[in-house]
Amino acid sequence: MVDVDGTRMRHWIENLGRISIAFISEFGYYLALVYESFFWLVVGPFKRQPVRMSATVSHMVEVGIAALPIVFVLSFAIGVMLAIQGIHTLKQFGAETQVVLGIALSVTREFGALIAGILVAGRTGSALAARIGMMQVNQEIDALRVMGINPVRYLVSPVLLAMLVMMPLITLFSDLAAMLGGAVFCNAGLGMDYLAYWDQGTAFITLNDVMQGLMKSMVFAVIITLVGVSNGFSVSGGAEGVGRATTRAVVLAISYIVLADMTFTYFLNR
Amino acid sequence: MQPKSVIQVEDLITHYGSVKILDGVNLAVNPGEIMIIMGGSGSGKSTLLRHLLGLHVPTSGSIKLLGQDITRVTAAEMHALRTNMGVSFQSGALISSMSVGENVQLPLREHTKLDESTMGIMARMKLEVVNLGGFEDLMPAQLSGGMIKRAALARAIVMDPKMLFFDEPSAGLDPVAASELDDLILKLRDALQMTIVVVTHELESAFKIADRITVLDQGKILFTGSVAEVKRSGIDRVQDLLNRRSRHDQIDADEYMTRLTDEI
Repeated sequence: MVDVDGTRMRHWIENLGRISIAFISEFGYYLALVYESFFWLVVGPFKRQPVRMSATVSHMVEVGIAALPIVFVLSFAIGVMLAIQGIHTLKQFGAETQVVLGIALSVTREFGALIAGILVAGRTGSALAARIGMMQVNQEIDALRVMGINPVRYLVSPVLLAMLVMMPLITLFSDLAAMLGGAVFCNAGLGMDYLAYWDQGTAFITLNDVMQGLMKSMVFAVIITLVGVSNGFSVSGGAEGVGRATTRAVVLAISYIVLADMTFTYFLNR
Repeated sequence: MQPKSVIQVEDLITHYGSVKILDGVNLAVNPGEIMIIMGGSGSGKSTLLRHLLGLHVPTSGSIKLLGQDITRVTAAEMHALRTNMGVSFQSGALISSMSVGENVQLPLREHTKLDESTMGIMARMKLEVVNLGGFEDLMPAQLSGGMIKRAALARAIVMDPKMLFFDEPSAGLDPVAASELDDLILKLRDALQMTIVVVTHELESAFKIADRITVLDQGKILFTGSVAEVKRSGIDRVQDLLNRRSRHDQIDADEYMTRLTDEI
């Protein structure tokens, strides 16, 4: 069809503009939320409006401790898979015993943080969106505001702090679980001694490798919190809206995590 | 001389997107007065309330609470002002993850440095005022609609605020519970000299508790006056509302046409 007066083109450009504005405003909203959350963490105590430590601790338990069993199972499985694939690949060069190097590096630099990030996005990101979305629908957020309780200070800052503390710890735990998974398979498949596995593994990895994973996990913590919380706050339209926000939060958080991971890996390895 | 107003709204204009919701609203509420804001659905009464609570920023005009213009105050001044405001939302808006007692204690916990047992006693006292003594350990989900509203009222008055706001207090309540809530509102005003603003469309309740009634229609104030004055009012729209009559305004053909064809 011939686009005589350029209408279709105009609509296309208008839509592009609309999407760009929506994206930029959401990104701006994230930045404002981070700023405000940190503002209350730092300045709150001086304004007699501190961030509640009891809430932070209970979030830590919820975000971190409660996630450990499932993190262990998945990380262990990933460790086993890495060992299987590694041995299969290296067999072609007759260098199976070098598999420990592959497992140790990929787990500490990449998989530990990624598994932790994806799991916490699924557990905590969705829970945050649902909880805050429900509060928004029930006017609880308005109620907090009229009581003079800043919703960001009361609801967001404790979660952000808890996430920033717990994500690196979960990642470290995930690193260890995946290494253990690898060890069990190497022991069964190659007859490698656990102690030899451990010695080889720790000989290869440096503090820098571990730190890469931990730094990424802190970025993931911020992403999960912001995406979950902002989707919760923007809920409208009752229970259906809460459901939509929850789904959106999980999908967006995981997408951002993978993209951020790629970007970070690129810059950290130049 | 007229007493100084606790709440004073001047030339308030607000928009929702490009739609004008409130159009030049003027309102003054005197100390210790119960002011009812009435109007049909979509009249802008809920919007007016949300602006009085400082939840929205108006397009223009001023809203003075206790002499301070909340469209111009700093965050710290607004924070101080909020401790003088109690609000009872339509749904109650109790924090669902906290027990009734914790909900009532919440403002104390955030704004005062009282010790745990004092806060507990104060919360229980306020729950006694609203006839909910002994219910402090229940969760909001375990309460009936009327009890939730009363618990929310206990939370609203726990700081002994000077101003109290109600959004549709009797909506969704059975007649007895609604009447009890009305009595409670009167009792609070008499006992604690609070200035009370109630947004409602329940006529019976409005006539029972009102000192003055403001009638809003399509974002404008139609009428402000005592119960007797409202009943005597000759304005058609006011009488429509009082007598549950359907609207009978003429449609302006030109305006109707523009509304349909306009692309905004």
